[in-house]
Amino acid sequence: MKYKSQKVAYWFFALCMLLFVLQIVYGFIMGFARIGMDGLHEWIPFNTARAVHTNLLVVWLLTGFMGAAYYIIPEEAQRELVSVKLAYVQLISLALVGVAAIIGYHFNYWEGRKFLEIPRELDFLVVINVLLFLGIILLTLFKGKRQTTTALVLSMGLLFAALLYLPGMIWFDSQVTDSFFRWWVVHLWVEGVWELIMGGILAFLLIKLTGVDREVIEKWLYVIVGLTFLSGILGTGHHYYYIGVNNIWLIVGGVFSALEPLAFFAMAMFAVYMYRKGERNHPNKLALFWTVGASIVSFIGAGLLGFAHTLPQTNLYTHGTLVTAMHGHMAFWGAYAMIVLAIISYALPNLTGRKRYNNFTGNAAFWITNIGMLGMTVAFGVAGVAQVYMERKLKMDFMEVQNEISIHFVVLIIMASLFAAGVIMYIMEFVKYGKPTDEALEPNND
Amino acid sequence: MLSKSQARAFFLGGTVVTFLIFIGLTVYSLAPGNDQTNSENITPQVVHGKELWEANNCMGCHSIMGEGAYYAPELTKVIDRRGEGMVKAILMSPVPWEPSGRKMVAYGMTEEEAEAMVEYFKWIGEIDLNGFDRIVSPLAKDKVQPTIND
Repeated sequence: MKYKSQKVAYWFFALCMLLFVLQIVYGFIMGFARIGMDGLHEWIPFNTARAVHTNLLVVWLLTGFMGAAYYIIPEEAQRELVSVKLAYVQLISLALVGVAAIIGYHFNYWEGRKFLEIPRELDFLVVINVLLFLGIILLTLFKGKRQTTTALVLSMGLLFAALLYLPGMIWFDSQVTDSFFRWWVVHLWVEGVWELIMGGILAFLLIKLTGVDREVIEKWLYVIVGLTFLSGILGTGHHYYYIGVNNIWLIVGGVFSALEPLAFFAMAMFAVYMYRKGERNHPNKLALFWTVGASIVSFIGAGLLGFAHTLPQTNLYTHGTLVTAMHGHMAFWGAYAMIVLAIISYALPNLTGRKRYNNFTGNAAFWITNIGMLGMTVAFGVAGVAQVYMERKLKMDFMEVQNEISIHFVVLIIMASLFAAGVIMYIMEFVKYGKPTDEALEPNND
Repeated sequence: MLSKSQARAFFLGGTVVTFLIFIGLTVYSLAPGNDQTNSENITPQVVHGKELWEANNCMGCHSIMGEGAYYAPELTKVIDRRGEGMVKAILMSPVPWEPSGRKMVAYGMTEEEAEAMVEYFKWIGEIDLNGFDRIVSPLAKDKVQPTIND
């Protein structure tokens, strides 16, 4: 590492690992409940497990993005963070709010709105926490020696993500209007501003790992995030087809969400091309695997599988089925989880000074998690398509269909076990690296 | 060849233009003339039903208008399919409702709460969902004899 204050990123990454494990545990609770093994129902019913599973995903990814920002911004701005102490305050308060929310879910303290279950009282604490985070990052950036495109895109993504949280805090009497603005948060996060964050982290990693000229990488970064917003903003319409709003969204959402894979395709081409063009033979091949892997898997998960059910004619049948879970799992994994794991893989040797590049466990973790996730996606996909056919074409009863497709959840659990084994390997590597140290400081050649 | 400043202009220009169109379409589709929800029928009871829906995270298992968790049945037009009496009985039951072995939390709602939920479902059932209601709740239209599995 080049600046001492970058060490704070390590603790954000450590929190990520912890929350990721918990997320998987609650995923298993749901998987087992679906095959009738719901012994925990009295204490952790399905709706609790689901709220915890999805919210932990959001929180650990955001924690990872924050850690990435604390690592990247000092290096890009060429100065220490304005306050390390406040960064630790922000980390601890983030963890406390997260833990309070998760515990609350077990006691019916929530707001049953998919993905945004955090109660409004805690929402205000989230806002304060994020403002503190943004204050530290933006002050560091603007007091820095330079403001690079990579840093600006990353910061812009984080700032917009904070602003877009606000529409989700407004109360509406109508379920329809409530849903409408809930998607302003959820869709415009994951298919909008989070892609800016992903693009910023991807550009930083490609600059460091491939040695390709910064100007070239940053130029294409603009094109990619341009494509993201061009398709993604109006692509929000694919959530509005069948929730009780005007049918103009069938056309607008259909056309623009069909264009959304373009941004992911461009991202994949960008990463692969820069990798091939690069002349720097960086020893951290594992970080390169995760980086290029993120761009390719996100194209498959978010781009192609999203497209598979985004047209209104298809979505009429797949809306509200397990087909969504198929797309959701691989999209979040490829686009966001893998990019966070990429920056962690890149940063760990630099933060700790231990150059444990290309070890067996790390490589195995990459392949096993990906194979496991692919298997889970296929299991969800088969279950989803079968559900659509039986429930919506053959008009069979809901629970009758659920019983028919429960075998696919056995496959899901087996594949999820493989995935979890890979994650455990990744975390074992994380632990083996040990803690960050000032001895890992490198001379700044930028 | 594209320059960096042209790439930046593409990003900023594209973002501003599409966002403005998005705002315009939002205003258009939420305008009173385009209301498909019969919003005049949102009574205090319906609002109370929505509060209960959220307070108990019903969406964490069920789905409504296709949005939710796919673990329990879609509830759009549930009153048409199952009738008020059955829905109220399930919500007021002190023991878990357990169709085909899949458990629901026993909410033990009061009569007044269960009625608010029914009003909420009735209001949802009347919304024009651009054709989705006929796909997701065909039994409501055809009035097929309900089974006990739902």
